[in-house]
Amino acid sequence: MRIKLTIMDQMAQVAREHGKTLAPLRDDLVLLDSGLDSLGFAVLVARLEDTLGIDPFTAAEDAMFPLTFGDFVKVYENGARGGANAA
Amino acid sequence: MVRAVAQTLRDCLANAPAERFFWDRTVHVCVNHLARGTALGGRLAELAGRSVLLATSSQLTTALVLIELDGVARRLTILPPDTATDHLATLISCAEADAIVIDAGTPECAAFDLPARITCAPAVVSADEHPLPHVPTKWLLLTSGTSGVPKMVAHSHASLTAPIGAGKRPDGAVVWGTFYDIRRYGGLQIFLRAVIGGASLVLSSAGEPIADHIRRLAKHGVTHLSGTPSHWRRALMSPEIRKIAPRYVRLSGEIADQPILDSLRAAFPEAGVSHAYASTEAGVAFEVSDGLAGFPAAFIEHDRDGVELKVVDGSLRIRSARTASRYVGAQQPELLDRDGFVDTGDMVELLGDRYAFAGRKGGIINIGGLKVHPEEIEAVINRHPQVRMSLVRPKQSPVTGAIVIADVVLRCECECPDAELQVKDDILALCRAALPRHKVPAAISFVPSLDVAATGKLARRHG
Repeated sequence: MRIKLTIMDQMAQVAREHGKTLAPLRDDLVLLDSGLDSLGFAVLVARLEDTLGIDPFTAAEDAMFPLTFGDFVKVYENGARGGANAA
Repeated sequence: MVRAVAQTLRDCLANAPAERFFWDRTVHVCVNHLARGTALGGRLAELAGRSVLLATSSQLTTALVLIELDGVARRLTILPPDTATDHLATLISCAEADAIVIDAGTPECAAFDLPARITCAPAVVSADEHPLPHVPTKWLLLTSGTSGVPKMVAHSHASLTAPIGAGKRPDGAVVWGTFYDIRRYGGLQIFLRAVIGGASLVLSSAGEPIADHIRRLAKHGVTHLSGTPSHWRRALMSPEIRKIAPRYVRLSGEIADQPILDSLRAAFPEAGVSHAYASTEAGVAFEVSDGLAGFPAAFIEHDRDGVELKVVDGSLRIRSARTASRYVGAQQPELLDRDGFVDTGDMVELLGDRYAFAGRKGGIINIGGLKVHPEEIEAVINRHPQVRMSLVRPKQSPVTGAIVIADVVLRCECECPDAELQVKDDILALCRAALPRHKVPAAISFVPSLDVAATGKLARRHG
């Protein structure tokens, strides 16, 4: 749950900084409809690496492109469990 | 059978075997009608021999005007959609523009009153026009790289169309789609491929959500689709992507890494996936279609399709008939070296029998296809009274290829973490006020010192 809350927090922060309106973050929300654009997501992933200590996208062998907010959170939860790229 | 070589884009329409269309979100145009029709209200003759600024707001009207004006206008300056209005006066003077083409969506501040001003409609009507004398049109394209006013580079019909193989018309009807705006070199190549190859073309409209764009690509049966790696990463995040099945998938405008190539192969197992190496200045140098990032070392040793490559001090240089000829305007640097090569500024490293891309010379950062000079951002950060010096560098991003981050040395250490946070916020606020969004650092780290090279400059690593 901590991870999900951190992600929600950071998404709100990035949306604010980029002058975007964030859609309500339900698990089935399609990420592209969230209000963040590519640059917003790039910044979000970088911030989450700072706060959570992982970048599960760069660490993964296969590139994954999560479609929904729920998928996105899962990628981080799995990444945190695996401990990959914790350094 | 001897076929006359098409001299202008309009000549290509006469050869088109079947009806083909340009679509955007709201309109569709049967392009064949443009062979004897006009989107300029029949006023093309007023633009003959002029230096024309294209300030059209939609890609579709841009496409129609380009076909009408190639071989008619003396110069054709294409404004990309994000051109700052502050720069327009300089660009007009640099291009010696004496005519402007706008459309219904062109903002008032960009609709300059030049000696000739014509509004382009998103529709073709028949026109009874007398043939106009053929003029070898100079195409002036804006580069994305520079800080301040963008540079203009001069291309010709010949240099722009040289990368498009004449005898390689694919079997079956071709429908091109591009995520890349046709007012930039990478997207313009797709527009030209569609026009010359007798294909239809699906264009996006300003502000159109990507899901809607992909749905339209599916509806029109897109067979060939192009975008930057960042465009593709974004498209792959859309559930709609499953609705399209292109035969040919193309990446250009940024360096394609292995994960995006693998993802596209997985998403479109039947499609040929190619990454093109191209820039506004150097043109299309080569396409790589073996599914691997980088390019075979053999490309360097052998002249391929009239393109010669060499590596000087780690940087890739290109000589071919596809490169631009020069930068336009006074006090511009030379585009070509003494031997006629363009220095791309892309650093390459030989690993076995393959070259890998290793970042930009001079630390230039490519964010989703937009080039960023770190010095411009550092200058803004350094305005903060507590900053001694700063280094802006790229950080690899799985979304946009790279993002900007900054290492900052403060004049004196902050007393507490809260004060540190406040300084960070202040620096970011400065950046947001002075820079476009993609240049604002995603993260700022305070560091005790920065390396300075023997030249007295900040030590930058390629990356």
